[in-house]
Amino acid sequence: MAILSKPPVRRSPHPGAAHPFEKNGAARRAVGRNLTAYGFLCGALICFAFFSWYPMIREIILSFQENNFVDPAKWVDFDNFRTVIEDPAFRSAWLNTAAFSGLALVVGYAVPFVLAVVLNELRHAVAYLRFVVYLPVMLPPAVAVLLFKWFYDPGSGLFNQILDVFGIPPLAWLDSTSTALISLVLVSTWMNLGTGTLIYLAALQSIPGDLYESAELDGAGLFRRVWHVTIPQTKLILLVMLLLQVVATMQVFIEPYLLTGGGPENATVTVAYLMYQYAFNFGDFGGGGALGLMLMVVLMVFSAIYLRVSRDNEGGR
Amino acid sequence: MTTTVQPTPLLEATPPEPESRSTRKKKYKGRGYESRSLVSPLSLRSWHGRLTYWAVLVVVVIGFTLAFVFPLYWMVTGALKSPDELAQIPPSFFPKDYDFGVYKEAWDQLQLGVFLRNTALYAGGAWLFTLAVDVTAAYALSKLRPFFGKVILGLMLATLMIPPMVLLLPTYLVAKDVPLFHWNLLNTPWAIWLPAAANGFFIFLLKRFFDSIPRELLEAAEIDGASPLRILWSIVLPVSRPILGVVSILSVVTVWKDFVWPLLVLPETDKMSISVGIASLSAQMPQNVLIAALVIASLPTILVFFVFQRSIMAGLTAGSLKG
Repeated sequence: MAILSKPPVRRSPHPGAAHPFEKNGAARRAVGRNLTAYGFLCGALICFAFFSWYPMIREIILSFQENNFVDPAKWVDFDNFRTVIEDPAFRSAWLNTAAFSGLALVVGYAVPFVLAVVLNELRHAVAYLRFVVYLPVMLPPAVAVLLFKWFYDPGSGLFNQILDVFGIPPLAWLDSTSTALISLVLVSTWMNLGTGTLIYLAALQSIPGDLYESAELDGAGLFRRVWHVTIPQTKLILLVMLLLQVVATMQVFIEPYLLTGGGPENATVTVAYLMYQYAFNFGDFGGGGALGLMLMVVLMVFSAIYLRVSRDNEGGR
Repeated sequence: MTTTVQPTPLLEATPPEPESRSTRKKKYKGRGYESRSLVSPLSLRSWHGRLTYWAVLVVVVIGFTLAFVFPLYWMVTGALKSPDELAQIPPSFFPKDYDFGVYKEAWDQLQLGVFLRNTALYAGGAWLFTLAVDVTAAYALSKLRPFFGKVILGLMLATLMIPPMVLLLPTYLVAKDVPLFHWNLLNTPWAIWLPAAANGFFIFLLKRFFDSIPRELLEAAEIDGASPLRILWSIVLPVSRPILGVVSILSVVTVWKDFVWPLLVLPETDKMSISVGIASLSAQMPQNVLIAALVIASLPTILVFFVFQRSIMAGLTAGSLKG
């Protein structure tokens, strides 16, 4: 920019010519710069156009069409939506997704924060603890889920063995409608806990120590210091993580796919899993598209709040 | 020409992390007042303060080990147990005899070699593609500033708002029959590579880093007659090593761990990635062979974590604090 905005040294040789630019050199350079820039951009533009931007439009079209990919697609208005809404699994899917997100918040939201607060006080073994808490995150999710499938085994699985040590009768885990969903939450939390913990830990380390100092001088006890110093100081990151976690857990797919297949009795069917089933088991991409669109609208609300929050955050600093 | 170059603010971005760590430790060992956190160092010095601290430390270390390491220990040793020993109640804490043959068996029966090679191909190609496509795009948007650059950046960042799962079906349909070209990318590595490069988050990270490179540095090279490509290669890339490291590791690990997308676009058994391959063959395997396969599948990412721990954690906080 600086070079281009320099005052022109000489005037155009043909002042009367019908050229839109007075400064020929600058114009040529601007064109050249744009050509180079778009040359650099073309790879990304192609990738984004085909695999991000176009699919968004396609998603909307898909959900209003009946399409078997042999005959030409037929516009069917809201028929796809009607089909999926009348499906008895539809209600369960949304309730389960909401319950999964809610349970994952109860366990997976507060626990990392508490762990981070405790970790921040420790002066020994911190490197080990940070490494260990992030270890499950590094496992491929399919591996973690299959590992827990073995742990959940009602006969010789690890969890029932542990319960047995404490004298608690064995649970059916994945095979019972009452415990199946919570079992999925447990795996999901185990493999994602590390992310939140380390992010909170980084946020906690930026809290100035004199805030705690003055709070303590004013007579605030341990919990009041957490309440009046730690939480207000990390308010933004807490809010951002809340929204991110809701968006992430509402998309839950791999746990029901690998552990339960939506069963028993639709107790673990989720919206994303139902969408997959519609498309790939029932061959109804229109119905799947309609479900996807509904999920998209719901999640976009959270994303919009998130965007708003993080923008306010950047503006405020 | 080079008098206007100010590399100092640039270099500042890299070193502070190790520095702050060492000063923190030093301060704690010294007076301790400057770096206090929730609990004051003074109260830690009394005998019951010290007792509480060590009690909490021991509880946390044991708790973390049980919660996060013990399942992995159970996995590694579970693979070594015979099917009879696996079914036995109560379970044995140590395997009776160490039969490493099961790993060989898992490798052969589940064709893990093929799966691992596939996954390495997908992750490696996605890495090269992501770097080539996203670095040039971010450089163009940050330094060349073309017309509509802001609009393009906005559209790229807008994709971050759309959760990937909801676009699964339309994206699958694109991979099955690419519009305009009518290529079928299913069962080819392109189905992984091309979508992997369309990553708004990487563009965002790279552009933000490139924005912090002083203009004077690039202008000096421009006046010396370097082409934009030359500037990118010899000036921008060398100073961007930290962010390139973060993006590289994130892109490789993301593709390696991905499950849903490869499940859809690589349905042929010989083309499957390791996660999908093990999951799809898991039903037919004896329990101990399956567990051995899980161990083998988790080794690569754990090794990467051992080696690049710092970059991975840096990427984690870089992304989420300002994402």
